[in-house]
Amino acid sequence: MTDGLPKWVDIAVIPLINVLLALILSALVVWMIGEDPVRAMTILVNGAVGSAYGWGYTLFYATNFVFTGLGVAVAFHARLFNIGGEGQAALGGLGVALAMLYVPWPHWSLALVGATVAAALFGAAWAAIPAYLQAKRGSHIVITTIMFNFIAAALMVYLLSRVLLVPGAGGSPETARFAEATHLPNAFALFPWMGWSRSTPLNVSFFLALLACVGVWVLIWRTRLGYEIRAFGHSEPAAIYAGISPVRITMIAMLISGGLCGLMATNAVLGEAERLVIDPVQGAGFVGIAVALMGRSHPFGVFLAALLFGALYQGGGELQFEMPSVSRELILVIQALVILFTGALDNMVRMPLEKVFVSARRRPAPPEPTSPKGADNDPIAKVEP
Amino acid sequence: MTVASSGPSHTPPPGDPGLAIELRGISKAFGPVQANKDIDLAVRRGTIHGIIGENGAGKSTLMSILYGFYKADRGTVLIGGRETEIPDSQAAIDAGIGMVFQHFKLVENFTVLENVVLGAEDGAMLKPSLAKARRLLTELAHEYELDVDPDAVIEDIGVGLQQRVEILKALYREADILILDEPTGVLTPAEADHLFRILKGLRDQGKTIILITHKLREIMEITDTVSVMRRGEMTATVKTAETSPEELAELMVGRKVLLRVDKAPARPKDVILEVRDLHVTDAQGVHRLKGVSFDIRAGEVLGIAGVAGNGQSELLEVLGGYEKATGRVRVKGHEIDLTGSASDAQTRRARGIAHVPEDRQREGLIMDYRAWENVAFGYQKDFGGTLMDHAAMKRDCAGKMERFDVRPPDPTLAAKSFSGGNQQKIVLAREIERNPDLLLIGQPTRGVDIGAIEFIHQQIVALRDQGKAILLVSVELDEIMALSDRIAVMFDGRIMGERLPSETDQGELGLLMAGMAGEAA
Repeated sequence: MTDGLPKWVDIAVIPLINVLLALILSALVVWMIGEDPVRAMTILVNGAVGSAYGWGYTLFYATNFVFTGLGVAVAFHARLFNIGGEGQAALGGLGVALAMLYVPWPHWSLALVGATVAAALFGAAWAAIPAYLQAKRGSHIVITTIMFNFIAAALMVYLLSRVLLVPGAGGSPETARFAEATHLPNAFALFPWMGWSRSTPLNVSFFLALLACVGVWVLIWRTRLGYEIRAFGHSEPAAIYAGISPVRITMIAMLISGGLCGLMATNAVLGEAERLVIDPVQGAGFVGIAVALMGRSHPFGVFLAALLFGALYQGGGELQFEMPSVSRELILVIQALVILFTGALDNMVRMPLEKVFVSARRRPAPPEPTSPKGADNDPIAKVEP
Repeated sequence: MTVASSGPSHTPPPGDPGLAIELRGISKAFGPVQANKDIDLAVRRGTIHGIIGENGAGKSTLMSILYGFYKADRGTVLIGGRETEIPDSQAAIDAGIGMVFQHFKLVENFTVLENVVLGAEDGAMLKPSLAKARRLLTELAHEYELDVDPDAVIEDIGVGLQQRVEILKALYREADILILDEPTGVLTPAEADHLFRILKGLRDQGKTIILITHKLREIMEITDTVSVMRRGEMTATVKTAETSPEELAELMVGRKVLLRVDKAPARPKDVILEVRDLHVTDAQGVHRLKGVSFDIRAGEVLGIAGVAGNGQSELLEVLGGYEKATGRVRVKGHEIDLTGSASDAQTRRARGIAHVPEDRQREGLIMDYRAWENVAFGYQKDFGGTLMDHAAMKRDCAGKMERFDVRPPDPTLAAKSFSGGNQQKIVLAREIERNPDLLLIGQPTRGVDIGAIEFIHQQIVALRDQGKAILLVSVELDEIMALSDRIAVMFDGRIMGERLPSETDQGELGLLMAGMAGEAA
């Protein structure tokens, strides 16, 4: 895939060009509805990264996307397409809510540990059934995980409106607020000198997300399990030849994937809402797919892509607020364009760039007819006429 | 030695109509790789012209240019003396070129007739075309021994017949020039002989045939002229009658090559592997192995000959631990679990069974893994329980690359960056250096260049001489004859017979391979 391209072009230049192309096209769309595209893009960028307030939201969203992006990425390494991040994260939220409501936590740090365990367990459990069906029955994981998103949504509605509903809370389907002791310190509480606002949603879960990036990197590139997961993802027949059990790898990779998606709830449910509401995920499970694709399933790439999407979410929100004629749907169009350009249309930029690099390299020194073998043998005697 | 080709020093004459194909100065690069470099080739009308060269020498690229799959960067193609542009395969067909690929391009559930007509229908309705094709097929069948039942469905007929359908397809499209790419890879010796008779018949009728192969014996047997390619260049074109296999091998590789394997007589000791009454039924319910039994002793090579698809792959998979079977297998007296929880490749390796699989790119290697990662493949547990010791893996790889002469000796290159021969050396180094009691080795030199074949054969013999038991599966009869101490021939999931290489010949083995035990016995 990267033949002929220096690594820095592959991981930095190409995504950057893709994002720029997407933004240019977005500007065109804004212009077509009769708004000033330059002003729109300025609001978009400024809203996302122009102030501490903007950063607070951008990084908060990015934290969500890091978790779901990592989850999808781990499954990708085993060539499993986990579309169920949405449902797994919702179930993670349920786990967090149960742990917070029924255990009297003395301090937020312990509560965070408890929430992390509960979120991962519930997310993994929700991924376990599609994983089992794929591993043992061959039911396609794309279909089953999508279906499980719907089941999760229905389950959440049922639980929040019938079981976990607070009596007399005014009818909105949500749980009671978690106890004061479990509230995670936000950026304002931790680093007041950095100018965060008091209500910034960015909280300590951000560091948990960074930790998850490192953890996934170690898992995929340093452990034997990661070696086996990648091998299985590259070639199932080869994995079987090497004695790697497809059932085992499918199960483990999906459990880890679901667990990571579930972890998103530590940020959205425990960190921000401090209670479980009807849709705590807000599409982050699907954005995770785009993040994993754009980040090339590498934790560092996932982190950068999550930042970009966090900025798009926040900047898009600002744009909608500042320019009433830019509707919510148009923000979705802009986000979709970024996904389209960075994910699906990647080769459009890659191919011409590869050509440029190859021909630039050829000009200074025309290469020998390549052969992987050394040139230790005498050249054969020229055939004489 | 006489050279029939026109060198680049000649002034380009107007096309010679006596030449079916003339290539002048064809060059083609893929990125930085120069696949064809200034190729000149002249193929005389009504001859069989062989093109021989190692893997990656550029034969397939050259033929793809001729058939319109690739566009040459430079150079001209003359067909029948006229300069011809071939932008796509339809243009090649219009110019009278027919191609028979190594992997057939047939619709499996269509009849022979439907396949022949496919893409060359005369109008919107099928019936007239089918009737015309049926007449033509009958004529061709008489003329060239090209008998095929026009109404047989492709998936029901053997590979030899399928290949005839490919040839018929080309003839139906009025091809004058027939290109065959490694046509005998899937054929029994008898089928190959039949194919050669067909080709000679076609030549005598004035057709021109280009035969691409890596088998020197075939070149010597049926070609009139042979061109040798090496590293993207045409190194020589000679009259077959005036050359020898040794000379051609030297031209292909660029140095003297040992075509025979030097080995001392085997000194077999204790029985290492006992296989009794092995049966395998695959997921589709097809009975693949039907009661296979044999022994292999320490210090001997048992060669399994046979046409591909007669149960050899399943035998390797059962012994390698990833196909369930019934029957009994013992290694050094230990019973091997063939169905239960201990029946997997890891457990087999722990029992001292190493396995060089038939398809190294699909099974033996992870093509995107670096060499140092591949050297641990299958033995990953030796490099760490949780975290893997990358430094140790790289050291191990560097050592193996040196001892097995892998080129380039760079552990950080991905497996896909190595040539076929060097990939195979990586697999071989990994499996042999585990010091196994039993080595399973399938198609050890498939897609491997001549230079590396020599080395790989030496390693197999050396392992035997260390007192290891070796099960060799190969569709190359020459290889089986050269390496084996005993030869077992498989046909339709059974062992048809066992022979000593000194007491048999290719003819007898060929009959066994075709399932004719009675006549061969």
